[in-house]
Amino acid sequence: MSTLKYQSQAVAKPYFIFAMLLFAGQILFGLIMGLQYVVGDFLAGAIPFNVARMVHTNLLIVWLLFGFMGAAYYLVPEEAETELHSPKLAIALFWIFAAAGTLTILGYLLVPYSTLAHITGNDILPTMGREFLEQPTITKIGIVVVCLGFLFNLGMTILKGRKTVINLVLLTGLVGLAVFFLFAFYNPTNLALDKYFWWFVVHLWVEGVWELIMGAILAYVLIKITGVDREVIEKWLYVIIAMALITGILGTGHHFYWLMTPEYWQWVGSIFSALEPLPFFAMVLYAFNMVNRRRREHPNKAATLWALGTAVMAFLGAGVWGFLHTLAPVNFYTHGSQITAAHGHMAFYGAYAMIVMTIISYAMPKIRGIGEANCNRAQVWEMWGFWLMTVAMVFITLFLTGAGVLQVWLQRLPESGEALSFMATQDKLSIFYWMREVAGVFFLLGLLTYFASFFIKEKAEA
Amino acid sequence: MSESFTKGMARNIYYGGSIFFFLIFLALTFHTTKEMPQRDHRENITEAVERGKELWEENNCIGCHSLIGEGAYFAPELANVYQRRGGEAGFKMFFNGWMKAQPLNIPGRRQMPNFHLTDQEIDDLAEFLKWTSEMDANGWPPNIEG
Repeated sequence: MSTLKYQSQAVAKPYFIFAMLLFAGQILFGLIMGLQYVVGDFLAGAIPFNVARMVHTNLLIVWLLFGFMGAAYYLVPEEAETELHSPKLAIALFWIFAAAGTLTILGYLLVPYSTLAHITGNDILPTMGREFLEQPTITKIGIVVVCLGFLFNLGMTILKGRKTVINLVLLTGLVGLAVFFLFAFYNPTNLALDKYFWWFVVHLWVEGVWELIMGAILAYVLIKITGVDREVIEKWLYVIIAMALITGILGTGHHFYWLMTPEYWQWVGSIFSALEPLPFFAMVLYAFNMVNRRRREHPNKAATLWALGTAVMAFLGAGVWGFLHTLAPVNFYTHGSQITAAHGHMAFYGAYAMIVMTIISYAMPKIRGIGEANCNRAQVWEMWGFWLMTVAMVFITLFLTGAGVLQVWLQRLPESGEALSFMATQDKLSIFYWMREVAGVFFLLGLLTYFASFFIKEKAEA
Repeated sequence: MSESFTKGMARNIYYGGSIFFFLIFLALTFHTTKEMPQRDHRENITEAVERGKELWEENNCIGCHSLIGEGAYFAPELANVYQRRGGEAGFKMFFNGWMKAQPLNIPGRRQMPNFHLTDQEIDDLAEFLKWTSEMDANGWPPNIEG
């Protein structure tokens, strides 16, 4: 454990490990759902689709939160040049969050959702049963408590230490994450209001404050692996997050097109969300620019690959695939189709799954006491894992896009009376769903290869 | 980036820009919530609609279906199911029969669970779907198939 600059950075380790375990769970449930798309009655009694889906998306959210927290515990002390305010609190919160998360997932799997709602008192304060916000109210309260403790710990650390741009941007992002989550507790009877404010959590997270978190983590890793002057990187970071918020806040409008809202949202949403790819494009330029200008050859080549990869894949998934169907006249036909699913998959993988794996790749060798980087052989395995997962995700996205285009063509474009029904359309898409499932299996192989890299040691000289 | 563009300028764009656009967002939100009553017909929210929404949530219907385009894309869109399946004349009868016939148990077909709802609950859920179908979602979905 001697390769860490500040010993308290080690509290990131359980966060990273648990995040990766949840990631594996997320992929397994993704494969179950992918199969249910084509073999409809697969496990239908034991794990109905809605349960599998809830587990798949909730695991994603929770593992990313664990990843972000781990990243923050790792990089804040080093940036602030002081030990973490309270490593004990960080570990205690880890166990609370891990236990609550596990119980929630078990609840989804073991009892019918309505039973879970009743035993957790959803009738007292109804917050459940909305996409991505399925967590029982007590779990939601738990998330708030964990976030507050986490922010307190980081805030105290930054207060007594050096206040760098990276630390402040990261902290702003994390505070925003906690603040906007409070809208998860607002569930009015009026579905129109419910949906409108639901986006205050969902959009303002992933297309708002999470981008600050991503930008800060990427900036930190780039400083470390390139040795480029901090001033240059911090200036870029400001430009990128400025673009992210300036386009992303009013970009929320692209979710308001088909709600009970005035039509001006179709203009506001179209214009600002058409600009949303810009910060991601800037991130690609910036990552490659910094790596080209590097002043040192960092031994951790895998971390460099992850950093460049996350910029490129976030641009493709969040930027290009988002833009494909963001304009209101296009979105009218693609809204809620497989195009949305295609965009969601690549955007989440590229922007958020990969940034967490970037910081894990950089930090884990140090936390484990190996040094600046894993041995060459382990890095080769890690990079195989990177390419298998990333290429598999590209194919998952392409197959879902194919399914989406055909779906729109058959079900949405024809007039009423001539259009194919939803279920008849789904039958026509099955070839795409099968290919997506095969790509999903390759993704799992990539994940297993990546996990294996943690256990690979250099071969002894013969 | 050119040297004349300083970090301080970048920081000011970040703070100024995001605060400015967030305030616009809040103002538009305020205006939107003022306009909504004309489109969401909240005057028609009865106790049955209210109970229906709770049933919709507590059975996690959104985990398979979409509603006004949001949710999962595994099962049909339900914002306009009221019109698709009979409307005033036949929807409630269709819906009651449909809910009770689940799961269809057709080999290989996607299965909807049976939620064991009472007739009263099925009626509440139907009222919720009817009210939802009458909101003005700016003309979405494109056709009756949703």
